[in-house]
Amino acid sequence: MHEMALAESVVRLAEERAAAEGARRIRAVIVEIGALSCVEPEALTFCFDAVSRGTLAEGAELRIERIEGAAYCSRCERTVAITARYDPCPECGAYPLQPTAGTEMRVQAIEIE
Amino acid sequence: MCTVCGCGTATIEPHHHDHEPDHGYSHDHHHHNHYHHHDHHHHPHHAHSHAHPHDKAPAQHVTSAEGRIDFGVGPARAHAPGMSPTRMVQIEQDILSHNNHFAEANRRFFAERRILALNFVSSPGSGKTTLLVKTIEMLKARYPLAVIEGDQQTSFDAERIRATGVPAIQINTGKGCHLDAHQVGHALEALDPPEGAILLIENVGNLVCPAAFDLGEHAKVALLSVTEGEDKPLKYPDIFAVSDVMVLNKIDLLPYVPFDVAQASDYAARVRPGIETLLVSARTGEGFDRWLAWIERRYAACVAS
Repeated sequence: MHEMALAESVVRLAEERAAAEGARRIRAVIVEIGALSCVEPEALTFCFDAVSRGTLAEGAELRIERIEGAAYCSRCERTVAITARYDPCPECGAYPLQPTAGTEMRVQAIEIE
Repeated sequence: MCTVCGCGTATIEPHHHDHEPDHGYSHDHHHHNHYHHHDHHHHPHHAHSHAHPHDKAPAQHVTSAEGRIDFGVGPARAHAPGMSPTRMVQIEQDILSHNNHFAEANRRFFAERRILALNFVSSPGSGKTTLLVKTIEMLKARYPLAVIEGDQQTSFDAERIRATGVPAIQINTGKGCHLDAHQVGHALEALDPPEGAILLIENVGNLVCPAAFDLGEHAKVALLSVTEGEDKPLKYPDIFAVSDVMVLNKIDLLPYVPFDVAQASDYAARVRPGIETLLVSARTGEGFDRWLAWIERRYAACVAS
């Protein structure tokens, strides 16, 4: 459950910025989670609700924007869609591929009041 | 969740990190401003000490010449008293940025002291501590050594290390399933490893979570024992993908278990092209010539840089 530590980081980043902005409350936290990252969205949401208690983000909605996985296959010489980090190329079966999208784990924005 | 100095669990408490010189933000600022949003207009002399860094946060409020801060008065933001205007603020920061700040500080610490730091990762029971003890016995006459032990509970492992005469700090992560760079930073303060040392960090036995947390180490060493399945590099790819070497332990048991060494190295190379596979028995010392040579190569590269 490294999602607990990641949720703490999300809350920390959100709270620091919210405090700097003089916010009374955080209404929503928008995060970008790539399909190839090591984060389970459901686990992250569960942990976020737990660790945000008693912070400016208590009760805030965690909006997770999923980013599809993509990788470059040097044999096919093009970018292909993949759903797991170490999948072989769906076209030619080659591996390893170089991921080009979907590894993101970012706090994008907060909605504050 | 600081489990070294005991500063609260699973909460974000105000906490100064004095050992981290460029820790880019202070935790002291949480107590300004929040719950008196609408009071500002009536308290022109209210003191706002701005401990928070504005270089990281483009100001969305207006600070007047008298030191007053007015919220919601900027362009395109209507401020209606009694209402709660909401607005979006962009952050665009990696979720791991906090950990990565501390990892950078650890890396600088290692560079300044020319310390080689290795982060040992594996599932529980694959023989990390036994490998460390054997490695220490064979290296301690030639190099200053230091050990950081990570476990959820007990200091059994640190005690096993200290029995070799080498200093060890135990980090109990409590509910935590991995070491993070902040914990290691605290442990480094306590351990104070000498110039030119080899630091061995034994992570929490877990083949998943430690993959995401950079500790500032030079390399991760993934340990896999032949009593586990050879398909683990594919089942738990993240950890092998970030490791520089896979040490296959307990090879003295190979005659008794159906473990395919070639298959395991092939699987590991699939997720980490070029990963080296070393076969050892931490119990008998078999294969340690190659393993120690690997460490010494990394040490030479680290000290030379």
